[in-house]
Amino acid sequence: MAAPQAIATRRPRLAHAMLQSAPLLLSLAMLAASIVVYCAIYLASQHRLPGGFELTSTVNNTMPLAMAAVGQSFVVLTRGIDLSVGGIIDLTNAVAAVAIHDSPASMVGWSLAILAIGALLGLVNGLLVAVGRLQPILVTLATLSIFQGIAIRVLPQPGGAIPDAYGAVLANVDAPISLIYVALLVLGWRVFRRTRLGVSIFAIGNDEPAAAANGIDVRRTKIAAYVLSGTFSAAAGLFLAAAATAGDATTGNSYTLTSIVAIVLGGVSLFGGRGSAVGGIAGAFVTSMIVNILFFSHIDPLYQNFYEGLFLVLAVTAAAGIGHYFRRRA
Amino acid sequence: MSLAESAGAGQPVPAIEGVGISRAFGGVRAVQDASFAALAGEVHALVGENGAGKSTLIKILGGRIRPDAGQVRVRGAAVLLNSPHDAHRLGAWTVFQELTLLPAMTVAENLLLGREPRGRLGLIDRRAMERDGEAMLAGLGIHHIDPLALVQDLPLAERQIVEIVRAITQDPSILFLDEPTSSLMEREVAWLFGQIRRLRAAGTAIVFTSHRWNEIVSIADRITVCRGGTNVGTFTEIGEDEAVTLMTGRRVGSQYPPRPPAPAGETALAVRNLSGEGVHDVSLELRKGEILGIGGLAGHGHRELFFMLFGAQQPTGGEIRLDGKPVRIASPRAAVRTGSGIALVPEDRKTEGLLLAMSVRDNMSLTILSRIASVGVIRQATEQRLCRGIMEMLKVRAAGLASPVGALSGGNQQKVLLGRWLLADCRTLLLYDVTRGVDAATKHEIYELMTRLAGEGRSIMFYSSDAEELAHQAHRVLVLREGRIAAELDGTGLTAEDIVAAAMRDRAA
Ligand SMILES: Nc1ncnc2c1ncn2[C@@H]1O[C@H](COP(=O)(O)OP(=O)(O)OP(=O)(O)O)[C@@H](O)[C@H]1O
Ligand SMILES: [Mg+2]
Repeated sequence: MAAPQAIATRRPRLAHAMLQSAPLLLSLAMLAASIVVYCAIYLASQHRLPGGFELTSTVNNTMPLAMAAVGQSFVVLTRGIDLSVGGIIDLTNAVAAVAIHDSPASMVGWSLAILAIGALLGLVNGLLVAVGRLQPILVTLATLSIFQGIAIRVLPQPGGAIPDAYGAVLANVDAPISLIYVALLVLGWRVFRRTRLGVSIFAIGNDEPAAAANGIDVRRTKIAAYVLSGTFSAAAGLFLAAAATAGDATTGNSYTLTSIVAIVLGGVSLFGGRGSAVGGIAGAFVTSMIVNILFFSHIDPLYQNFYEGLFLVLAVTAAAGIGHYFRRRA
Repeated sequence: MSLAESAGAGQPVPAIEGVGISRAFGGVRAVQDASFAALAGEVHALVGENGAGKSTLIKILGGRIRPDAGQVRVRGAAVLLNSPHDAHRLGAWTVFQELTLLPAMTVAENLLLGREPRGRLGLIDRRAMERDGEAMLAGLGIHHIDPLALVQDLPLAERQIVEIVRAITQDPSILFLDEPTSSLMEREVAWLFGQIRRLRAAGTAIVFTSHRWNEIVSIADRITVCRGGTNVGTFTEIGEDEAVTLMTGRRVGSQYPPRPPAPAGETALAVRNLSGEGVHDVSLELRKGEILGIGGLAGHGHRELFFMLFGAQQPTGGEIRLDGKPVRIASPRAAVRTGSGIALVPEDRKTEGLLLAMSVRDNMSLTILSRIASVGVIRQATEQRLCRGIMEMLKVRAAGLASPVGALSGGNQQKVLLGRWLLADCRTLLLYDVTRGVDAATKHEIYELMTRLAGEGRSIMFYSSDAEELAHQAHRVLVLREGRIAAELDGTGLTAEDIVAAAMRDRAA
């Protein structure tokens, strides 16, 4: 049987892997660069290098955003967007503040219950998007307000008391045990990529009609993505509560935007189907480093937002430029 | 395996059958009371003009869309196909006309989608996936496609092959191939036909569509002709002229129009020592009024050459002169505006040319908006008139100028794209496989149009995956091999075999 023309120019496996995960590698490089800059500025202003305390507090401060970014990744990879992330964090954080008591049963039981609440809120989004065939941006903008409203209802004033033991587990101030959670997230993501759901999420983000033509259940996959997003946002709410040892029904608001920023910094394409939640985690840490850098460069707090924006634009432009350069060389 | 068990009076039960199928999209009746049956162990060709409803019928039988009326039967039993998945379970697999590979995923991932090898804990085993993907390709005699490459980085012909491999490695008992050869070269078509014959011998029912009559003749056991959404006859033996008459309801010459005499005129486009990704040291001249054919096997730099001349890819060396003046074509926008204008009709209309969600009118007038606008506002009457004129000239079959291009049949989409550049009135036309997926009658119209445009003094550079077409249409044919010009062939008396021979000849020989 005549075979088609054979022109064998194969790239080795490593080259393929490098090229195909270029956005992820770039985000990791960006993280490394921001850590170097941070250390330099810290050294200049404090005359020593940052140590264990700084590491612990940075990781603890970043955990909620890392969780939210992972959640956001699931949805954005399907080519959707979840603006209700902030609302889910508000609501779950408020519930945590009023519900969790100082007993192991309460802490474990309520943590699971709150994750389930997050999943349920995500399910609402998922059903409206996948079954109701509504635009994700509209659906989640609406549910954002709704969830925020309920959160205020649950906890009108910031307060409540989170047991110290709870904080010691999720946001320990003495040792960077939160690094364990980061490792678990990365590991979990790698496992997830090797599941049917993982493949389906990427497939529908790639090309929804094509995925459907390949027998992928588009509806169920989308619903699952929003449920996962809700669950991870709830986890973010728990981490926030643990770090603050109290609740605040507006604490999550900023996370809608920052979770999107984090995943974009992490190389996840807003057009779906391309990227990795690990990049989103790296992006979350880059955002934290930028805040740290600004703090130690003694910038007038009034201009903090201005510089944050400036850094972000620079970072994204640099990443895009470098990525473009390598793609042309490849 | 023999034909399916006989039912009653010696009639074999078809492997798959559609009875009285109808389906409308908005006001367009794509398929209307069509009946079609394919037997186990036969290759059944479905032929018809662009928009005749072939793809719609295949999508219905393949579970991709649901009929408004009618019944689908698989091996005699009525079935309800709610998704391609349902069809897959019954052993029916489809290679759709508009490919359904996932672009940002690897070849292996695409090949094994939905049947990934599992390792520990039921997780997908990526190494095994690579291995299986490689084995699938190699088992079918394909060694030049890297299972680790992303599908989006493959040329269209290779994507088509991957899509075919994915379907035929499912052990289908029913296989639909909707224009699988439209982007393939002779050699790849021969490979595909080898596979089809093998499956046929194993008892698979194969439904095949193509606009190339020689392919139909060489592979089909039976031929069903469609017109206007319905089947108008099934034959075991039918001549091309007769079939085309049935398809169109009128007599159409299937011959190529006479070639106008080769022009001796001035040079419109001159390329000297052009090099860059995929293209090495290419020099050529395109005269005014000339149709210059570019031939050769897919993946040998044609695409890159066309993209460079259109400014969609930058050369690393060499010179391009337009009407004697050196030009740098930095972008497609520049190409359209440079001197007398260079236009490109690209290969993959789905991703490189059309805005599928926008209307036929918007797609056509895209490049002339500034010309038909007064103080920035588009003069709608002018736009309407120009677009309607082109639509009539090219016989675009659509509900109207306002219907979205994505809703048109493949061939009609191609016409819209061609129409855009005719409206833009570019003097140099780079046509990259423009007759891909275009029916016989329309092909004939396009040939005539090319001849006419050349007669008006326009220059046409024309790549085709169909060597036959190049041999008949072009004044001269340049054959590219590994990015270099391997041969220059004069058009008079040229045959497809000459072109193929020049493309395949080893450098040593
Ligand atoms: N999704 C859709 N929405 C609206 N109209 C559609 C849609 N799909 C097909 N049509 C219309 O149905 C008719 C039949 O299209 P179909 O794609 O089946 O033709 P075809 O015979 O496969 O043509 P070709 O040879 O060009 O591929 C066309 O007029 C087309 O415009
Ligand atoms: Mg078709």
